[in-house]
Amino acid sequence: MSNFLNQIPVLPVGDVVEDIMDWFTDTFSSVFKFIQTDGTALMDSVTNLLISIPPILFILLIAIVAFFATGKKFGLAIFSILGLLFIYNQQLWEQLMNTFTLVLFASVVAIIIGIPLGILMSKSTLADNIIKPILDFMQTMPGFVYLIPAVAFFGIGVVPGVFASVIFALPPTVRFTNLGIRQVSKELVEAADSFGSTGLQKLLKVELPIAKSTIMAGINQTVLLSLSMVVIASMIGAPGLGREVLSALQRAQVGNGFVAGISLVIFAIIVDRLTQSFNKKSL
Amino acid sequence: MEKLRVENVTKIFGKQSANAMKLVEKQMSKTEILQKTGATVGVYDASFTVNEGEIFVIMGLSGSGKSTLIRLLNRLIDPTGGEIFIDGEKITRLKKSQLQQIRREKMSMVFQNFGLFPHRTILENTQYGLEIRGIAKEEKRLKAEKALNNAGLLAYKDQYPHQLSGGMQQRVGLARALANDPEILLMDEAFSALDPLIRKEMQDELLELQANVQKTIIFITHDLNEALRIGDRIAIMKDGKIIQIGTGEEILTNPANAYIRTFLEDVDRSKVLTAEHVMVRAMTINVENDGPKVALQRMREEEISVLIAIDKQRQFKGYITATDALNAAQAGEKTVREIVQTDMPTVEPTTLIQDVLPIISDCPTPVAVVDDGKLRGILIRGVIIESLASATQEVEDHE
Repeated sequence: MSNFLNQIPVLPVGDVVEDIMDWFTDTFSSVFKFIQTDGTALMDSVTNLLISIPPILFILLIAIVAFFATGKKFGLAIFSILGLLFIYNQQLWEQLMNTFTLVLFASVVAIIIGIPLGILMSKSTLADNIIKPILDFMQTMPGFVYLIPAVAFFGIGVVPGVFASVIFALPPTVRFTNLGIRQVSKELVEAADSFGSTGLQKLLKVELPIAKSTIMAGINQTVLLSLSMVVIASMIGAPGLGREVLSALQRAQVGNGFVAGISLVIFAIIVDRLTQSFNKKSL
Repeated sequence: MEKLRVENVTKIFGKQSANAMKLVEKQMSKTEILQKTGATVGVYDASFTVNEGEIFVIMGLSGSGKSTLIRLLNRLIDPTGGEIFIDGEKITRLKKSQLQQIRREKMSMVFQNFGLFPHRTILENTQYGLEIRGIAKEEKRLKAEKALNNAGLLAYKDQYPHQLSGGMQQRVGLARALANDPEILLMDEAFSALDPLIRKEMQDELLELQANVQKTIIFITHDLNEALRIGDRIAIMKDGKIIQIGTGEEILTNPANAYIRTFLEDVDRSKVLTAEHVMVRAMTINVENDGPKVALQRMREEEISVLIAIDKQRQFKGYITATDALNAAQAGEKTVREIVQTDMPTVEPTTLIQDVLPIISDCPTPVAVVDDGKLRGILIRGVIIESLASATQEVEDHE
């Protein structure tokens, strides 16, 4: 029996995928190249802009936003000041700004792609049936795997980092948008229809506003997931706090690794609480 | 003048609707169709017309297809078969954009749970229909404010729906529908989610409103009282079919027996009513003392035409009619003893309503409730049906 099994030749799945990837890379190389160079330039300039802001001003700005976003409570504002001062003190400010840019771009791109996809899924059962398994696939696949096509398409640097992060962080926004729109009560949809709303009017005036808090919860998850890709993306040369963690890992420097890791956590907490409080405020 | 006409409209839910439709054409029953095709018949071959300025009530218990039927009228649900005409225009064949136009201009809907948009203020909710039509900002605001003012809610215009009580929310729902100045108002169990007192109030307001604006109103309810109170005509639905259409009077005097039986079946399960529960105080006359003139005087006072005859011990003797009393008075009779009629049926206070119904339905007079010969009260057909309807409703509310 086992002999018989051995008779079947190894199916060339890996080779086929590789061929497809090669074809893809070759055919669209100019597009990829364009995105790579222009994207890098754009992100670098954003990072440079952020770095050019005096850190103390930046910290105060974040603290003020935190104060008002959380309903005039001091908790998050004080945490932001102390946390960011700590990061500055540990000479990780520039890395933090790099990470900030990476997370910002990855989240914005994921939202721009994710919300329309979610809307499409909520409106079409066919799209829902096709996209859902793809999302499952994207979420079960280890994040590292996305580095391979990212490198193949864009080489190394910050742009492939964003690319991998977008793929990894996309699913929650899509899912929550879909869910939020499907959850709008049937009576409200009927009410909108009964007044003769067009599909677009119904979407913009009723469905999206009512689904807003659910969509915001999805966006919050997307932002945090893209943040969690920071360390992984640093493996392919994305700069930032992740790179510090990685190099500490490679050199077995426990102390450095701890400081960079803690900085990431501080940043993550601030980002999470801020995006969540935007959601609460809008209710 | 005819405003709306529904011709042989059928709605079938499920994948096999085409097959099921063929069976409907063959007049097969709903259960048979479900067994053969797995498709559920929501509305089965409904036909009726509604005249301009009429309140047309569609009444039935839950699952009778009434909510489906009203949604077929503005095509929130598309009918599987049959045609619907508004002002002679066939709306079952309209394109999407034409349908939107009809919904914007001709008909508005009021929903059971109000259907107010939680993220919009009361004013913004009221403006919704106008906004969709692209009415200019100022005109939109004026019209919406006028509608709110008529509903007595202008002061709340900047509040959000959740800040208002149920009754107020439904007034907003109604104002939103009226702001659009539609010709037809579709009201889907519009008052069913409100508590009984508010519900009565809203019914009065609707009637008052109707006297002023003369819309054509299609009103869905499961409450017989409500149907009788506001409906010019009532259609009764059961299992997706319309089983009777008529004025409240016609339905009360000539009820579809099967339907009353369903009411009884529903009541029996939870609560058994007896004659004692539904009897009303009898207007009596003492056969030993009173004469025909006293009888006439009392009838005039109470605005009734029948008095129950009793003796000093309140023993039931029979009844006298206005005609007999008048003749006796003209003949100069001093007592009413001679004109007492005795063919009035009697029941015990503990008799079940379902046993009273066959008696009362063939009897021109009320039925006396007598305990050991003593008069306790009388049963009137309208009151019995009303109490059955409300008992049924309690059952539904508890479900």
